[in-house]
Amino acid sequence: MKNELINYCLRLGDSSLILGQRLAEWCSKGPMLEEDIALTNISLDFFGQSRMLYSYIAELKGGDETEDTVAFRRNEREFYNILLAERPNGHFGDTIVRSFFVDAFNFHHYSKLKESKDSVIAAFAEKSLKEVVYHLRHSSEWVIRLGDGTEESKLKVQTSLNELWSYTGDMFDMNDGDHLLTSEGIAIDLEEIKPLWNATIESVLKRGKLDLPESKYMQKGSRNAMHSEYLGHLLCEMQYIQRAYPNSQW
Amino acid sequence: MSLEKNIWKWLEKVPDPEIPVLSILDLGVVRSVKVNDEEILIEITSTYSGCPATDVFIADIKSELEKHNLTNVKVQMKYSPAWTTDWITDKGRVKLKEFGIAPPVNEPDKSILFAKSFVVPCPKCDSDETHLVSQFGSTACKALYQCDSCQEPYDYFKCLR
Ligand SMILES: [Zn+2]
Repeated sequence: MKNELINYCLRLGDSSLILGQRLAEWCSKGPMLEEDIALTNISLDFFGQSRMLYSYIAELKGGDETEDTVAFRRNEREFYNILLAERPNGHFGDTIVRSFFVDAFNFHHYSKLKESKDSVIAAFAEKSLKEVVYHLRHSSEWVIRLGDGTEESKLKVQTSLNELWSYTGDMFDMNDGDHLLTSEGIAIDLEEIKPLWNATIESVLKRGKLDLPESKYMQKGSRNAMHSEYLGHLLCEMQYIQRAYPNSQW
Repeated sequence: MSLEKNIWKWLEKVPDPEIPVLSILDLGVVRSVKVNDEEILIEITSTYSGCPATDVFIADIKSELEKHNLTNVKVQMKYSPAWTTDWITDKGRVKLKEFGIAPPVNEPDKSILFAKSFVVPCPKCDSDETHLVSQFGSTACKALYQCDSCQEPYDYFKCLR
């Protein structure tokens, strides 16, 4: 079961790391100072969350693995982050909608995962949940503000919702290992999270006078490390220093 | 005095790198100190998981204890129970306010989205007429507020529990 556990931790840790990296790309480019700070603060939370899991993975794997080798020495087909995390930042509305979908998922997911029978995963969920509450409030408020704002902001954010919608199904995808861990009380059956997530999305969109995108085809594949063309480029930048100068330290 | 008690006393000298008026004990990040034959084991917890101060805590604890010829010090991270602002000591809260940072207040249940806003009194003039400028501030643990009475902009140490 060790391999399944490692793979599950990669799913959680990679999703945090990759979305954290995307949010960090906003550094010094935020639409206003407060938002620049907010997005990068949230990014830091995600990096911290991934570190907790990568240290655990390094411990499980043993040998020379460290949290840094886990983060910086894997290629795209070894990453298990959700597809939404790697979507490009786009404009501010795109970034907010992407975060909103993920934050609502993390909120409901970690609320249950903190009861995991694996003590490290439970501690990770308990710790992360406290931060996710702030993240979700931030992204939800912006969705409402943009939706109930000007004609232009409403049009833009509704377009972001419609375009990113097809990547949301991928968050709920589970592989055989996840099902095994769920039966052991370590992981959570994501089917249980779906109605809770839907309810949060619906209530926020309603407040923002926005339409729920129509369900149709859903992208997936990330649970088996199949990614979009964007992940490779992101990794190039993120891993550059450790690839060029292996084991370099600050 | 036992070595363990001395260590607690010495740790009082280790400041929080981002809010130096607070010691790491005021902040409540030191969870335990254990002395055994081979080593001294100190357990700490991070405030926010991505807080860059955590690595500095570890280095500063080691270098402070080195001054007392203690070199076999191991600092370990403890993730559960997760840190909460309830662990900031009363002394720490007074120091925060004197430094111009509003200490954490009892916030309503944050699991409810859009819970009613709450009052964060101004650390300079104690006015209750203040408003939130940004939920995110200069560090992960702070939000930005402004006083409507004296106009002072100030940091608020967010309640985390
Ligand atoms: Zn004032």
